[in-house]
This record gives sequence, structure tokens and C-alpha cells, in this order.
Amino acid sequence: MIPNEPAVTPELIAQHGLTPEECERILKLLGREPSFTELGIFSAMWNEHCSYKSSKIHLRTLPTKAPWVIQGPGENAGVIDIGDGLAVVFKMESHNHPSYIEPYQGAATGVGGILRDVFTMGARPIACLNALSFGDPKHPKTRALVAGVVAGIGGYGNSFGVPTVGGEVRFDRRYDGNCLVNAMAVGLAESDKIFYAKATGVGMPIVYLGSKTGRDGIHGATMASAEFGADAEEKRPTVQVGDPFSEKLLLEACLEIMAKGCVIAIQDMGAAGLTCSAVEMGAKGDLGVVLDLDKVPCRETGMSAYEMMLSESQERMLMVLKPEKEAEAEAIFRKWGLDFAVVGETTPGKRFVVRHGGGIVADLPIKELGDEAPVYQRPFAELRKQAELDPAAVKPPVAIADALKALIGSPDLCSKRWVWEQYDHVILGNTVQRPGGDAAVVRINQGPKALALTTDVAPRYCEADPFEGGKQAVAEAWRNLSAVGAKPLALTDNLNFGNPERPEIMGQFVGCVRGIGEACRALDFPVVSGNVSLYNETNGRAILPTPTIGGVGLLDEFTQSMTAAFKREGDAILLVGETRGWLGQSVYLREVCGREEGAPPPVDLATERRHGDFVRSLIRDGLVTAAHDVSDGGVLVAVAEMAIASGIGAVLETACKVPAHAFWFGEDQARYMVTAKLTEPIFERASAAGVPIAALGATGGAVVSLEGERPISVADLKQRFEAWLPAYMADLH
Amino acid sequence: MKSAVVVFPGINRERDMARALRLISGRDPAMVWHADSALPVGTDLVVIPGGFSYGDYLRCGAIAARAPIMDAVRAFAAKGGLVLAVCNGFQIACEAGLLPGVLMRNAQLRFICRDIFLRVERSDTPFTRGYNAGQVIRIPVAHGEGNYIADGETIARLEGEGRVLFRYSSPDGIIDPNWNHNGAMNGIAGIINERGNVLGMMPHPENHVEASMGRTDGRGLFAGLVDHFKAAA
Repeated sequence: MIPNEPAVTPELIAQHGLTPEECERILKLLGREPSFTELGIFSAMWNEHCSYKSSKIHLRTLPTKAPWVIQGPGENAGVIDIGDGLAVVFKMESHNHPSYIEPYQGAATGVGGILRDVFTMGARPIACLNALSFGDPKHPKTRALVAGVVAGIGGYGNSFGVPTVGGEVRFDRRYDGNCLVNAMAVGLAESDKIFYAKATGVGMPIVYLGSKTGRDGIHGATMASAEFGADAEEKRPTVQVGDPFSEKLLLEACLEIMAKGCVIAIQDMGAAGLTCSAVEMGAKGDLGVVLDLDKVPCRETGMSAYEMMLSESQERMLMVLKPEKEAEAEAIFRKWGLDFAVVGETTPGKRFVVRHGGGIVADLPIKELGDEAPVYQRPFAELRKQAELDPAAVKPPVAIADALKALIGSPDLCSKRWVWEQYDHVILGNTVQRPGGDAAVVRINQGPKALALTTDVAPRYCEADPFEGGKQAVAEAWRNLSAVGAKPLALTDNLNFGNPERPEIMGQFVGCVRGIGEACRALDFPVVSGNVSLYNETNGRAILPTPTIGGVGLLDEFTQSMTAAFKREGDAILLVGETRGWLGQSVYLREVCGREEGAPPPVDLATERRHGDFVRSLIRDGLVTAAHDVSDGGVLVAVAEMAIASGIGAVLETACKVPAHAFWFGEDQARYMVTAKLTEPIFERASAAGVPIAALGATGGAVVSLEGERPISVADLKQRFEAWLPAYMADLH
Repeated sequence: MKSAVVVFPGINRERDMARALRLISGRDPAMVWHADSALPVGTDLVVIPGGFSYGDYLRCGAIAARAPIMDAVRAFAAKGGLVLAVCNGFQIACEAGLLPGVLMRNAQLRFICRDIFLRVERSDTPFTRGYNAGQVIRIPVAHGEGNYIADGETIARLEGEGRVLFRYSSPDGIIDPNWNHNGAMNGIAGIINERGNVLGMMPHPENHVEASMGRTDGRGLFAGLVDHFKAAA
């Protein structure tokens, strides 16, 4: 069509990540060979990252509805109603591949992308979280990846002006070749002023907003839809460069034009840039779109249609504008120093037409490109279940006190202060609970309501039993929200897996999604948004299955949010839930015994619900002085965390028949630690609700002491808890 | 107290500041855009808040210091008007010639957000009359470039003239490098100009003003300013 464009050959098609079958499908759809630009557009729309072609049929099984859900998956972000005419808009998204190649910019643009997803819908971002998975601390790349990713997240979020209030950081050799960077953003909007991507009306102007288009990030989405080989480093040009300053301006300008009623539909330019945003707006509205690339603001001259359509330059938006509001909208964008250009319009025929240099460079059916992209039912293998591990068969290699010291200073359980102190977590003045607790708590405006926010997953459980692991990830998020006193409302899921073309990986994916769905249904905790990241593999080695759950809960009164720290000496320490001493896949088994085996702890969802509702009611009625979820590391690690947070020790005893090391370090689910001054009303309530509860001892002193064990100084525990990460990162240079 | 908060593109703590002013002075501040050339008539206090003006892409504060509104702020300060410059505002004030010295990258080369302890050095200024001299307050910092540096002569003058109002300290008020998170010379966290009407400080008093949110150590600064204007009226 256009001179000097390369001929479309089978090799070129393969380079674009399209299979011969997909190519056949394109030929059939068009009745002719695609042009070079059209091939680029197809590859951008039909890659795994944008089309969800391997995951779609499974994602459809997830529960997404509840009376409080305003918008479920399929839009830029999920939306839930929190009363008072307010809605919470949130989503989590991965930026794994780019962060491994270029950690600072990869992570920074991950934050930028998810923030745009939220404010595109008319919400002002009020909090960010992030879940990070890195390789073995001993791997030569790990330290630099941690430093770069953390600096990148901070560099973007701090400048943009959103508090980063929570998240998680883990280390495992299985992430040596693929780190995971999952960023979550949460925004606040008026519930009757949510903006969507669906275009309406023929002949409406399509406006390009934000930064100019450059040659960065071309084929980023395609890159993120393939495994890494030895050439990962060479893919750096596919990583975008973030500009949080422009994003902050874009936020203010977008919210201003939305408030002025200028917007019909709006979509951010994220993965696959101009292509994906234009096609989605048209396809969702059953309309065609004409784009005139000669009008697109460009950073450099001589950009081809192909480059413009595939650029993933950041901080850009596409909007369908009310025609009568054009001058007003343009004036707002000029005030903020941003580009504003009418680059096309909606059309009646469902075609996606792209003009450039006086000619037509693409003319494609818009529905087939967008919501009717290929869908695959990939074969998956049911994975062999692991045998239950008898706690009596695990001989404790060291004394309980020494095991606790080792665990509290281990890479996964130690304090992540070094990370979250690099994030501004107090800006906006609404952070009630800062990072480091079970869930972050962020006040809504001037209160009294507040949101509780958390991210959770135990990848080692997911690998050992995807179904139970998927359930557990949801249950743990639910538990963390309950432990601060919040009612869990909805979640976003970020599903990170290896190559879905391998049946065993697909088996992990399917199992985890089934588990997530089961838990969401049992806990009335619907999925309202999410993201799938597949092909997290290098040279055939996949990551641990990592379906990160981002949970959102609501507190009616922010001053009632509960923390884990002991509050004073002499409070009773109570353990809610049943302890069988489950050591299979526990952190104790891995860190102390050097074994990674056994079935993970089973999750009984009815029990989870009963125990969570019980703890939440104790907090609401002011019966407890502290509450903490029991998870990785078990009861003793939970007690140690409560002691470290307060500087107050504990005297503990147990009459349980479970072997001591299994009792203290087992990871049975549906458990919480609480402290209280008066225990009688709590025991009465527990008995009435059918919740097992046991007295474990009392707070006080400067040591954690267990019957028959050496006392452990809280100061020593705190030193170990805080020391590992700074010491590790000090070796960076 | 009528206050005006100056907003440059990329400033992001202007809402925090406006809330603190509203809660404590009982009045909403005027939000003044960087491209304006005049402050609202009758302004008592000008506040330059925190953030990343112009992305801090040149030197922190360098571009904002040259924005049109800064001529009006300089003229306001020259007439003795009170200016409170916090975090990026402090950097802007230094770049604008309102205060001496410069804020360099934190000694550890990382952004740091945490509560720190400040020793209030004097209570006889409009900015610190809400505190006692020697009092230790706990408020948050959130910056990557808060390491205050000036030449020896300037430091000697600042110290000799009692122009250091806030210093990083231990919880007991001891000046100790272990409690100086950014490496600032002499633990300097906040200084005033020669005339005593412009305060620049790195920490964020505006983030600790509500009892229901936990701490109110930042309140004294704003409450003191309100008293100052009440006393003057």
C-alpha cells in the first residue's frame, strides 16, 4: 500500500508473535494480505497481554457481581460503591517483563499505567500498593533489581503525589530470571460520575491528550507475551520511559474536563498505545473509528504509521469529546501545558481506518480486532497432589527460640522498612495505618469512613496445590482486612504464571482460578478487575504460580481501625482458630529444616468466614486491644511481630497436644491473634459462635518467654527483624 | 489569617497544606496559580508547599523559582510578609534567593519517608511561638533531596544569628548524626531569612495536625501563626 514498507512474509508474521493459524484467520477476515501497519495492529491486539486469549474462558468463571459492585472486569478498573455517593475505583496490574529488563523505568511505568487506569475512570488516586517477587538473594542480579524496582516505584508515585501504603516483597530462586512487579492503585470518585471507554454517537471527535508520541515501548505488549531467552537484555528498547510530572498534569487536566462535562468516553493509552485505546473505544460502542495520524503530536519527525500505532509512550489518553465542548476542553489542556489534538472521529461502519501521509494505511474490522479476538482453550494437566506431612515426622533441628530468631530475620519474614520508607506513604494526610501492618488503612476525605487495603498470595502453596493456593490467597487477603476491623468488599487479581502453552503451567493457572473463584463466592468477595501476566519464564524455567490478590475493605469509623502491636502489659493473648500444626509448605519447614514439601494447609472457607466475622465484631465492639492475622511463620512469628511493633514482651504457654515446633510454627488457616483486658465476654461470644479460641498467655516484660524454652529478648528480635534487608542492600555498590 | 498557597505544576502537597490551614485558621486559603502575577489583596501568609514542581527535572525548585508568581512572592517578602516554604517549597525558596544555601541529595542517596524528631530552637518567632524552645516534636519527612548545605560563612551566620529554627534530633533533643536521616549540616531542618519573615523547612508539619489521625505535633506552627496575626490585629 505504502512504498518502502516491508513485505509481509511468514518470517515477519512469526516475528510479530502471531501463529500460522492466527495469520490464516487474518487472511480470511480481510480477504487479502495485511499491510505492514495492519500486521503491527493485529500483533498488538491479539497478543496474550492485550487479548487474554489463553485466560479468557477461565476468567469468565470468576464471580464479579454483588449489590455494591458498580463495574466489574472489562473496563480500565473495577468500581465499587462505598455509600455517601462515593465509589472506589481500583485495579492491580503487572509490569514484570519490563521491570526485569530495565528495573527503574519498568517499575515506574507500571505505577504510571495503573494510576492512569484509575483516573481515566474519573477517580482521584488516593493510594497505591505493590507486590514484588524477586529471585534468590544470592543471585547476582537480585540486589540491583530490588534497588531499581523500589526506586522506580518511589520515583513515580512520590512525584505523582499518591501515598504508597502497602504491599509485599518476597524472594525465591524461582524468580531468578523473571521478577514480578504488581502495582495496585486505588482511587475515589463520585458514584454517579464514573467515566467509561465505550464510545457513543457517530461523528464525535476523538481527541489525543497528554504527552507526545515517541519511538519508545514499540512492541512492549508483544514482548510481554513471550518468554525470555538469553537475549532479554536486548529488549530494552521495548521498555517505556516514565514521566510522573506529565502524569500529574494529565490527572489534573482530565479531572477538570470531566468535571466540566466535556467527555463522552475516555481510555488511557497503555499497552499497545493508540491502537488498543482507539479499537477498544470503538468496539465497545459498536462504532467505527477513523484516525488521522498526521495530526498526532509526535516527539520526533518521520515516524511511520507503524511506529505511531505501536508506540507505548507514556502519559497519553484518547477521548471522545462532546463536540460543543472542544474549545473549553482545549483551553484546560493548554493551561496544564499538555498536548490536545483532534485526531479522528467515530463512524457508523464498524471499521478501524487509519490514514497517514494522504493514504489509508489500515482498514480493518473493529469488532474482530477488539472484543472478538481469538480465544484458546489450551490443554491443561491436573497436577499431582502432594501428600500431607505428619508434623511428628519433622524433627526440629534447633530449639524453638533459635528457630524464631532465624525466621524473623529471614528474607521473606523480615521487616520491609527499607523498601517502604522510599515511598511517600503519608502524602494526602489520610494514612491511618502505614505500611508494615496486616492491611493499610486510608481515611476517605475527612472521614469517618476508611478503606483497608492489602495484597496477598503464598506462591509456594499455589505450586503445591493450585486450587488450595488460589483459595488461600483470597482468604488471606480477606483475613488481613478483617484483622484491622474492615469489612472486605471486593478484590482485584493479578495472575502471574509461566508459559500457558505448557499443560502443567496451564494446570496451575486453571487450578488457581478455580480456587480463587470458590473463595470469592464463599466469602462474598467478588473480583472487579484484574490482569493476567503469562510467559514469566526464562529458558524454559517458570516462576512459582503467583496469583496476587489485592483486597479492598471498608471501615465505617477510621478511629476504630485495629493494629497488631501490643498495647500494654497484662493483656491476655488469645488465639482464634484451630491449630493442628500444619507444617507442609510452611516457612519453618523451608527456612529452618531446609525442606520444601508436603500439601499446603487446606482452607475451609466457612470457617474462614465465621472466624473473620467473629474477629471483626470483637474489634467493632471494642473488646480487643490488638489483632493480627496468623500466616507465614505461624503463631510464634505472629506474636513476635506484635511484640516488635510495641516493644512489649509476652509470657506464653500451651496445653496443646500438637508437638511444640508444629504448634508454634505451623501454618493452619483461619487463625488470628488478639489481645484483651477482659477475656470472659470474648470466650462467651466464641462459644456462642462456634469459634475455637484458646488463651496463650499474657503481654508484659521485655522478653517473649515460652514454657521450657530460653526467653527471647524483644530487642534482639527487633534487631534481627530490621537488620536483614538494609544489610543485604548495603552491599549494592 | 488570610493565607495563599502557591501552586506550580507538579506541586502535590497543596491539598494537605490547604486542609491544615483550614482546620487551624478556620479559613480556606486562596490557591494561587504559578502563572499569575499577583497575590490576593490582603494576604497575610504565603505558603509554598511540597511536591515535585516541574518534575524536579532540572534542579529541585530551579524552574519554579523563575515562575511569574515568584516576583510577587519576593516583593511580598521584601515588605516583611510572612512566607512559609515547606519541602519543595524550601528548595524553591533557596533557588529564588529568599533563603541561603541549597538542598542536596540525601546522604544515603535514597528518598526517605518517616516520622523524624525536630528540636525547636527558638519560640520567639511568628513561626515557632506555638512551641517552647528546646521542645522536641515528631513530624514526617518525605524527600530525596533534603540535605541542607551552605558555605562555612553562611552556616556561621545562620548559627550566630539564631536563624536555625528546627534541627533533626533524637527523641530526647540530642543532636546526633544517627538521628539526622539526610546528612544536613548541623542537623539543619528549617531556617529563617535575615529579617525573620521567611521560613524554609524540609519536614511536613501539615501532615500531623489532627488528633483523630494520631499526632498533632505540626499544629503548633499553624496555631502560632494564627496567634501572631491575632496579636498584630
